[in-house]
Amino acid sequence: MGFEQFGIVSFTGVTKAEQFVEFLKNNELRGTVCAQCGAKFFPPRADCSSCLSDQMEWFPITGEGALISHTKATFAPAGFEKDVPYRLGVAEFADGIKVFGRIDGTLPDEAVKAGMKVKVRMLDLGEERLTYEFTAA
Amino acid sequence: MAKVGVIGVGQSAFVRQYPGSIRELAFEAYREAMKDAGVKPQQIDASVVCSAPEYDKQRTPAGLMAEYLGLNPQPTFYVESVCSSSSSGLRTAYALIASGLHDVALVLGFQKMSEISSAESQERMGRGADIQWEAPFGTMMPAYYAMYARGHFEKYGTQEEDLGLIRLKSSTYGQLNEKAVFRKALTLEKILEPKYIATPLKMMDCCANADGASCIILASEEKARDLAAKPVWIKGLGMATAPINMAGRDSFSGLRCAQAAAKRAYEMAGIKPSDVDVAEVHDCFTIAELMAYEDLGFAEPGQGRELIRNKETYKEGKIPVNIDGGLLSKGHPIGATGGSQIRTIVLQLRGEAGDIQVPGAKIGLVHNIGGVGIYGNVSIFGVE
Ligand SMILES: [Zn+2]
Repeated sequence: MGFEQFGIVSFTGVTKAEQFVEFLKNNELRGTVCAQCGAKFFPPRADCSSCLSDQMEWFPITGEGALISHTKATFAPAGFEKDVPYRLGVAEFADGIKVFGRIDGTLPDEAVKAGMKVKVRMLDLGEERLTYEFTAA
Repeated sequence: MAKVGVIGVGQSAFVRQYPGSIRELAFEAYREAMKDAGVKPQQIDASVVCSAPEYDKQRTPAGLMAEYLGLNPQPTFYVESVCSSSSSGLRTAYALIASGLHDVALVLGFQKMSEISSAESQERMGRGADIQWEAPFGTMMPAYYAMYARGHFEKYGTQEEDLGLIRLKSSTYGQLNEKAVFRKALTLEKILEPKYIATPLKMMDCCANADGASCIILASEEKARDLAAKPVWIKGLGMATAPINMAGRDSFSGLRCAQAAAKRAYEMAGIKPSDVDVAEVHDCFTIAELMAYEDLGFAEPGQGRELIRNKETYKEGKIPVNIDGGLLSKGHPIGATGGSQIRTIVLQLRGEAGDIQVPGAKIGLVHNIGGVGIYGNVSIFGVE
């Protein structure tokens, strides 16, 4: 099993970065870092666009991040209708690494704002599917 | 750099559901542009065909269009940058002519968004983002632009009412545009009804899907002077890109691709933002127009709201913007949109814009964005 296990709906199942899912199972969110030039990437990638190397290693994204922007969607594309309403956002973690994802739907509206401290948590969606979301740190 | 002029423009009506096929829809814009230019098919040396392929059932539409338009055996090919496809087509056709390869080239933009069922459309909607890393969360265009709206609100204090004023302006002019899909009068009260699509964007902050086509005919300086009574010259072209992933973005209050494209276009044209007499900007959402004011330098960052509060982007204002109703009123048939914006500016610069004519307009600008700031095209036009 590989990358098709990632996300609420999977659109593509094959990537060299599929180990990402194994880390999610271990409760870890990981990006890649170039072994040659040290460039860090999230989302993870198999190839370094800075130095063209294909020697990538995995690094964990841990601790607190800050929410940069967010929205609450009340309409959804096909496959996500049952989730409405749901929040999406971007948060910044150490070394300027930014992560896009869902935000905890149980948080009150007034708690969700730019600058709020967040952490990442993994979600088991059942049927061997996994994702991550932001919640209050 | 060689001079390239616009010698003909055309546009179909933008409608909810076009009662014909894509070739027939395209022909409506083509016929109007060819009559406008006063040329025959054999005088077109090459065509550039633009659409967003996810809405097309027809594979490789350029070949189909070249045949139906009567443009065989001349070269044709396809250019795509989603919502800014026909501005990318303009850039391509400009290069074909400026290089000396061709003398007259045509840019055809079309989209029949009703070609696919609404269920299919809903499914495709989720694939407008990075399908590997973002679409699995349930992304869609309004949600992305909503994050930019939230970013702008939090950074600068812009309010939902400011966005409402942009829609109010759009409806003011949309009523006058007989090719627009949405021609109803709107009140600010109606616009501000809390029917959220993705907070803080509401129903009336979003443009509608539409079927439509546009056609722009370009010629070399010599041919343009020969064929057109009043050629409109391409003075500056800027195009830039930004990461498709939100994780790769360093700003959520403006579009970097638009800022970079504008800088390049102004440099090439040798003008400043204050020299622009009339502009068409990509208002797929109200927030997109507000950010365009700032990204194009019509206002300082964070000050875009002052332009709309003071009605400076109305016809009588300092810098009239989208006074044909914009995408919010005209509708947004993805591949045709840029060509429609260009047509409006060309008519303005020729003094043929009718009720919405800006008196004495000499320099016009088109800002056309693909995706949520993935592709940015800024094109500047002028008359002598
Ligand atoms: Zn590297």
